[in-house]
Amino acid sequence: MNAQAPVTAKPRGAQRAMRFGLPVIVFAAGILAWELVVRIKDIPPYVLPAPSVIVLTLIKDWAVLSQSLATTLLTTLEGFAAASIGGIALALLFNQSKWVEYSLFPYAIVLQVTPVIAIAPLLLIYLEQQTAVVVCAFIVAFFPVLSNTTLGLNSVDRNLAGLFQLYGASKPQTLRFLKLPAALPYILGGLRIAGGLSLIGAVVAEIAAGTAGAGSGLAYRIAESGYRLNIPRMFAALLLLSLAGIVIYGVLALVSHLVLRRWHESALGKEN
Amino acid sequence: MSSGKTSSAADAGLTHLAVSLRSVTKTYDNGVMALGPFDLTVRKGEFISLLGPSGCGKSTVLRLIAELSAPSSGIVRVARHEGEVLPGHGIGFVFQEPTLMPWTSVRENVRLPLRLAGVPKAEARGRADAALASVGLADFADAFPRELSGGMKMRVSLARALVTDPDILLMDEPFAALDEITRFRLNNDLLALWRSLGKTVIFVTHSVFESVYLSQRVVVMTARPGRIQADIRIETVEPRGEAFRTSAAYSDYCRKVSAALAPSYSGQSTL
Repeated sequence: MNAQAPVTAKPRGAQRAMRFGLPVIVFAAGILAWELVVRIKDIPPYVLPAPSVIVLTLIKDWAVLSQSLATTLLTTLEGFAAASIGGIALALLFNQSKWVEYSLFPYAIVLQVTPVIAIAPLLLIYLEQQTAVVVCAFIVAFFPVLSNTTLGLNSVDRNLAGLFQLYGASKPQTLRFLKLPAALPYILGGLRIAGGLSLIGAVVAEIAAGTAGAGSGLAYRIAESGYRLNIPRMFAALLLLSLAGIVIYGVLALVSHLVLRRWHESALGKEN
Repeated sequence: MSSGKTSSAADAGLTHLAVSLRSVTKTYDNGVMALGPFDLTVRKGEFISLLGPSGCGKSTVLRLIAELSAPSSGIVRVARHEGEVLPGHGIGFVFQEPTLMPWTSVRENVRLPLRLAGVPKAEARGRADAALASVGLADFADAFPRELSGGMKMRVSLARALVTDPDILLMDEPFAALDEITRFRLNNDLLALWRSLGKTVIFVTHSVFESVYLSQRVVVMTARPGRIQADIRIETVEPRGEAFRTSAAYSDYCRKVSAALAPSYSGQSTL
């Protein structure tokens, strides 16, 4: 292993550089081409704004957009928290009682397969707008947490379970010392998906609420700017949404890595 | 199904016996008869091996003794030491796989049985470290299982089985997945532990050589449903060492045990 290390180290370093370098190059080239096309063809900003215009709009409208970003992020966070707690709690309940699982699991699936964009208008009728938006984020995000946690809780090593039985472990002890740690990688995987999905849920609900609502989230800004033909601001808001999604994913991936790095295969390097 | 019993032998005047199974059978839910009728008595402090073809119910015997499963009929008796309040603490179980919790350190893995029994942390840590020292892993208490070799993981598993200071040690093909040199070394270490701690050991294996080397008695089992084919006493100069492994007496015993085992394989032409 040691003898091979210097041989493989160099290509791996180069591969690493390419993995990060290539997307950046593609991104820069794309932006440059976009800027050039807009300038050469003299396309008006209400048809297609140049990247430079979008950045300028972002700076100029920062007061409005940052407010909207905060609103959307708060919604996302609330939806994510509700989905995480709800999904894990429901999975634990299912794990304790087969009866509860058989009774409720089909409805969790129904909730998942029904497009949230179709549910949102109904929710907006029955709930206050802010609540409805959070509920939408929750509906979209809770299923991956639920199904992943359920999978994790059922993936406990059979011999380890036998060991706990042999030493007379109580149900709470088995849950705390065996099932939850064993399920942790699955739970974190579910949370990683749920983070992105709760942003989608929040945006979908804001769009459904549209200009009729009293909202001020980023998706609302996009819809509003569309009606006003303020295309640069649409792009600026879209850019912020995309960045928010990337940050959410990055944070959750980092947390997952830090929690699992000492023992789980997924978080280990390929050195073995 | 319901007639099977597992009970304490303390009241039966069988104080010199560690384990006794009387006409025990085990039929699984899918109708497969895995065991029996099976009779076995193991004296306190004895080292016996259960030897037989795969699927003959060797592991089932261990699971019955450990109360991990209930007999379909017959009686399983396990001697309990006096004052034992917590379940399972008279028995240590070593599985075929190391069966360690990958998410925590070696010390925490070994401490687990004590933790489940509510032993105070400081005391439990001390006992876990002592158990690790007894298998030669004192320096690896803070390592994670994945950082250890296969043989070391098995030692951790053994330390965990010893940490409750059980009277009976049940071992289910513990060294089957290890290379021969590691296995020989662990065999010697196990014998040394057995001599110094005086525990009853019931060792399941499919290796004739391992069973003869380790045990005072080799119990040869038939193919499914498992019954006793032969009960062979291995007598030699103790303590055993590498000299025994290369002696003529050892080869003779191996031949004898192999001969007893042969009928168990006779029906299995596919092998």
